[in-house]
Amino acid sequence: LEYALGNLLAVDRNPPPAAALRGAGPRREALLRALARDNTQLLVSRLWELPAERAGGAGGPLVAQLPEPTFRLPREKPAPKPRPPTRWEQFARLKGIRRKKKTSLVWDEQAKERRRGPDPEEDQFARLRREKRERVARNELNRLRNLARAHRAGSAVPAAPLHPTGHQDRDELRRVARVARVSTASLGRFQPRLPKEPAEPPSRSGGKKRRFQPLLGNLAAERSRQLELLRDMGSKKPVLDITRAVNKQLRQEEAEAAAANKGKKQSKRGKRGRRQQRPGRSGKKSGARRPPQQQKPAGGGSGG
Amino acid sequence: IGENIQLLVDRPDGTYCFRLHRDRVYYLSEKLLKLAASVPRESLVAPGTCFGKFTKSQKFRLSVTALDFLAPYAKYKVWVKPGSEQSFLYGNHVLKSGLGRITESTAQYQGVVVYSMADVPLGFGVAAKSTQECRKVDPLAIVVFHQADVGEYVRNEDTLT
Repeated sequence: LEYALGNLLAVDRNPPPAAALRGAGPRREALLRALARDNTQLLVSRLWELPAERAGGAGGPLVAQLPEPTFRLPREKPAPKPRPPTRWEQFARLKGIRRKKKTSLVWDEQAKERRRGPDPEEDQFARLRREKRERVARNELNRLRNLARAHRAGSAVPAAPLHPTGHQDRDELRRVARVARVSTASLGRFQPRLPKEPAEPPSRSGGKKRRFQPLLGNLAAERSRQLELLRDMGSKKPVLDITRAVNKQLRQEEAEAAAANKGKKQSKRGKRGRRQQRPGRSGKKSGARRPPQQQKPAGGGSGG
Repeated sequence: IGENIQLLVDRPDGTYCFRLHRDRVYYLSEKLLKLAASVPRESLVAPGTCFGKFTKSQKFRLSVTALDFLAPYAKYKVWVKPGSEQSFLYGNHVLKSGLGRITESTAQYQGVVVYSMADVPLGFGVAAKSTQECRKVDPLAIVVFHQADVGEYVRNEDTLT
């Protein structure tokens, strides 16, 4: 019986008795079992002879110190086959290239020889400072370039009017309020709305993409909305009030003209310009003004 | 059909609605809509009845499968003589010689429903001339432009939804 106590192994190389090899069933079973029991008994008695100690203090179990394992276990899987050489390896073998490390020597112009490391004649501190300055400058340039690129791609609002002055108009204030709402950590998603602010989801594409109503949402509301729409379509009254639209357009044109005139030279030039402008100004929308003007000069012409 | 559309929306026997599926407009009941919502969009062929489709340039084109729903509510009707009924069903326009009757006060380019003399709806069309003009033109002038007819069920069997 050969013992490999490091592997808790006992090997019996003797062949079993001939009676155990022949075919009889229960008798063979009994013989083999007796053989195994005897061998196991021998192994266990050898294990008990090993130096042992108590693990974990006085109350712990008795642990034997096994010697180093000597028995080599056979391979579980077959040995790896040598892999075929890669393309580079083939090429290298063909060319006779061997792996040789290059020395990190730098050519020095003055002394006409090679040296290791930085130049002893040069001021290293100055060189470090200069390189840092160059790096900082390059980073700053890149940052500004990125900023310009982002700004060019479309900015929501200029950064200036973030504090409310008294001279901002309604649209600007609304824009700034929107920017302020969006500039939280979660991009304004969980921001509570002010009492009179309408609830609307922020559209990233600026309202260009077509959004549909949900498929099954509230059929009763959809039905009433459709009936209202059909009613409006069927009624003879036009939705757009022409006179109001025309008046609004005229007011807007006058405001634009006044703003433009303020920029140029005023008084005489302005008066002359305005007097010349009025009969000449015939946009589409000011056509509504014509009929009342036509009647008066006709009356004045026939009277005068 | 004018303001009779609200009779299509406002039905006594359930809520019906229009839905857009792959640029075709379908008319379906709410019950059917809920069933259709459980089918994936790519494999859904047609929920309900197709009323028409939006063409490439987003113009709406009425389809003959809407005939059964729209014919009862039609305000402007055109009756076609038996002789040129078949010509209309083959896709040709209706000439003055084939015109039987026409509703009074039909405006020009008004959408009409075309009937046969036996009051069977044949399809949709557009009035090329108003009723007054129809009386004056010569017999070979077109009075109704063809838009859709029931012959399409046979002709365009595979493309009709």
